[in-house]
Amino acid sequence: MKELELEALTDNLSKVQAFVDEQLEEAGCPIKIQIQIDIAVEEIFINIAHYAYSTETGKATVRIEILPDPPSVDITFIDKGIPYDPLAKSDPDVTLSAEERKIGGLGIFMVKKSMDDVKYQYLDGHNILTLKKGLVI
Amino acid sequence: MTVNKERSNTTFNISINGRVDTTTAPELEKELKSCYDDCTELILNFADVEYISSAGLRVLLSAQKAMSKQGSMKLVNVSSDIMEVFEVTGFSDILTIE
Repeated sequence: MKELELEALTDNLSKVQAFVDEQLEEAGCPIKIQIQIDIAVEEIFINIAHYAYSTETGKATVRIEILPDPPSVDITFIDKGIPYDPLAKSDPDVTLSAEERKIGGLGIFMVKKSMDDVKYQYLDGHNILTLKKGLVI
Repeated sequence: MTVNKERSNTTFNISINGRVDTTTAPELEKELKSCYDDCTELILNFADVEYISSAGLRVLLSAQKAMSKQGSMKLVNVSSDIMEVFEVTGFSDILTIE
């Protein structure tokens, strides 16, 4: 299990993705799955950076664990911001035309669609969101 | 991410290279907006796009909305990894992809 703690700022996105990618590459994750995970990591981390700490900034912790059998990864995001369950948001209607489509709500939808499991809990003043994804196509 | 623009009359060929994410999408949006004034055909070359998140999709959606009022927009050379993102989000139905 590896852990990274840093300020929840948009500018730190590349650091978070580099940290996750390093572990995924070590685990022999196929590039296709790595892209899906990178997208999910971006959506979740940016959500925290934008909404968790309204006026001041705060910390975010990213924890990654590679599980061997079957090969999979758990990535957990923890922040001490305002309680917010991104999964509670209703999914966008992806059948609408370009003119009718709303801008927004797509990020979390992509996470739900591409990950095997996404869990949220609020525990002892912490938002805890865990992504689970198998590493075999 | 780098963006390369070529213009022939009112057709703009935009080649995008690299990652279109939260940190780079605003720059892409700025580049695209600078074309709208006298553009009737916007061609986005995706050959060297290796990653796109929802921030990039938002830019494509607003470009599509702007261009459908004054001409057309299409994406060319989309890789299978990027295509999958478009399919999951329904963007494969609202964008013209060749």
